[in-house]
Amino acid sequence: MRTALREFVLDGGGLPESDADLVALGPRLRWRGGGRARTIRRTWLDTFDWRLYRAGLTLELATGRGTAGLTLTGRDGAVVAAQPAGPAGSRPRWPAALGALPVGPLRERLRPVVGVRSLLPVARAASAVHELRVLNPDDKTVARVTVDRMSVSYPARAVLPPRLTVTALRGYQPQADKLARILAAAHGVSGGSTGALEAALAAAGRQPGDYTGKISVWLSPQAPAGAAVATVLQQLLGTLEANVGGVVRDIDPEFLHDLRIAVRRTRSALKLAGDVLPSGLAARFRPEFKWLGDLTTPTRDLDVYLMGLDGMAAGLVAASPAELQPFREYLSRRRAAERRQLARGLRSARFSRLTGDWRAALAGAAARKGRPAADQLAARRIRKAHRRVLADGTAITASSAPEHMHELRKRCKELRYLLEIFGSLYDPGEHWQAVRELKSLQDCLGEFQDTEVQQQEIRAFAAQMMDERTAPAATLLAMGEIAAGLAARQRQARSDFAGRFRDFASPASQHRLRAMTEAAAP
Amino acid sequence: MKILATYNIKGGVGKTATAVNLGYLAARDGYRVLLWDLDPQAAATFLFRIRPRVKGGGKALIQGTRSLDGAIKGTDFDNLDLLPADFTYRNLDLLLDAARNPARKLSRLLAPLRTAYDVIFLDCPPSISLLSESVLHAADMLLVPLIPTTLSVRTLDQLTEFIAGFDGRRPEVLAFFSMVDQRKTLHKEIAAELPRQRPDVAATAIPALSLIEQMSVRRAPVTAFAPRSSAARSYARLWAETRARGGLRPAAADRPGRG
Repeated sequence: MRTALREFVLDGGGLPESDADLVALGPRLRWRGGGRARTIRRTWLDTFDWRLYRAGLTLELATGRGTAGLTLTGRDGAVVAAQPAGPAGSRPRWPAALGALPVGPLRERLRPVVGVRSLLPVARAASAVHELRVLNPDDKTVARVTVDRMSVSYPARAVLPPRLTVTALRGYQPQADKLARILAAAHGVSGGSTGALEAALAAAGRQPGDYTGKISVWLSPQAPAGAAVATVLQQLLGTLEANVGGVVRDIDPEFLHDLRIAVRRTRSALKLAGDVLPSGLAARFRPEFKWLGDLTTPTRDLDVYLMGLDGMAAGLVAASPAELQPFREYLSRRRAAERRQLARGLRSARFSRLTGDWRAALAGAAARKGRPAADQLAARRIRKAHRRVLADGTAITASSAPEHMHELRKRCKELRYLLEIFGSLYDPGEHWQAVRELKSLQDCLGEFQDTEVQQQEIRAFAAQMMDERTAPAATLLAMGEIAAGLAARQRQARSDFAGRFRDFASPASQHRLRAMTEAAAP
Repeated sequence: MKILATYNIKGGVGKTATAVNLGYLAARDGYRVLLWDLDPQAAATFLFRIRPRVKGGGKALIQGTRSLDGAIKGTDFDNLDLLPADFTYRNLDLLLDAARNPARKLSRLLAPLRTAYDVIFLDCPPSISLLSESVLHAADMLLVPLIPTTLSVRTLDQLTEFIAGFDGRRPEVLAFFSMVDQRKTLHKEIAAELPRQRPDVAATAIPALSLIEQMSVRRAPVTAFAPRSSAARSYARLWAETRARGGLRPAAADRPGRG
């Protein structure tokens, strides 16, 4: 296997224009190959939120004359997995779900990293690649040298300086090392510090990892609270807008998920800290963001159902998974209809007006001065939300109605969003611990509520399918078994609640939150 | 990871040609492949132009003073690595005899390579020995080349009986006819008839072709230097059968549509 040993960027003056020029850089070596340069069309693929890049992986599709190959490399340039991209005509069209990739080890490597996300092109380029091999006295290749002249076409047009790569073959590192030293000493050759993808993106004015669904605004503790909240809201608007295209094109379910989270965080910020924004702003926009949130709910609920269906089907005891097929088809039909509604909403004048007006309003709010300071507001609001969670959670008993659990879940979400919005004001370790304890409680409440809703929904779906005469008896029985499974999971969540809440409300945990939010006024 | 061993008690039946060509085809399909040339004659090592030498020899590998990983060499082909032969491999039996639980030794030595490779081919020397026993225990599948004669079928029976006596895990056996001479009636008859009668004999037979012998002159797999030849096509069919029997997922290149 190959390991990219050294990558060099050549400056304009010292380019080897021909094989002879390159060979002249190391005249005592045995060179082979060369000939005409091959033209390769290169497409780098990643998920919208850069999951491969964050995992230290680069996926490239290289298409040449009649061939196409996918190569997955690690940060050090070593090949992790490579395989043909399949015959022309049956290659994936991007964006594509992982399932559209050819079956094989590369796809299996990607599966845990990519999850439900689709792969989409993050950069495209054409390379004129010229390869020579360096041989030992047995005519065995010990290293490959490639000169790559690359023109980037996406995300913007740019021409890069040529890149020269020395690739060692396993077990022949010293020979490749020697070659690299010879080339490094040659005029016009300097060590390359970035990979081809980074270079292509940099030339196009982007950098990998430039999208995240998380709040990544750094707030100054002494900044006016109104300006701080507006700055976070501006980033949430950016996240919301970044995901609209993916939702409308239905690329993968995570676009809608990230969009919904941005909307929910926005709504929580308006509800819990909207009073520090200019007067009347929160009241004006809250109904509009509620409209947007409601618009996304039906499709998201069906996404959750469809994504969980395989897992639920695998747990069937009496029925067989195949009997659920009419149910799956029904869910898919419903989802397609709901998604059309959603897409219409996101293309509507109301949505454009909302985002346009919101951006303008936030621009004014972000520049405002005044009191309180960001850290004081954050501490007060987080403490208040925390007290409410403690009070509501303590009041829950074994006989409490599901609605009370649901209310507590909402309070937990409010606390969570406050912790996220103001996260940059706190020590990362303490903040992480506070979120972790809350998340454990939220997971339990989420499981309880989701299984409650899903049980109600599956009954409604069954009734609807019977009305439409699309439900064979075997399917209804299988759905009944799923409903029973959901009820069992809900009971389990209910019995887990007391322990989870006890951990969350422990004296140590309460002390940690109080210490973290020490800036609160007495 | 799957371990496939080319094995026959007899020499000159096409074990190395099979390991080298199937190894190349598996790598071309995108599997990460390692071929361990266990034969001190070093034919597979020679075919890949690699020097038949391992630092510390077989002793260092068996006694664990040198890891297999550090002795691996990259071939000229992507995804295909070789653990070279060494003349000291002629003493592997003695070294195994001195080791604890020699029959499982190879299996233990290969365990750390599990994440680095999808397929490992073991090219075995012709013998019945402690080494071959250790190979039989390590392998998931034995690829047994047979010359189409009545005697070689008997050898296959002996091998199957021997494996049936193993405790616990046993390798699957896939025999196939090799060096089939189309001019000999007996060869043709046996090669056509036996796969119908026995599920452990592959439908694919490898013909006796001078192009396969050319491998030692060209020092490359025939599937690489003459990919459209009849010889290469035979190996491709044998690889497809092996892959299916071995439970390896179908590779990308042969897939008709989207997965």
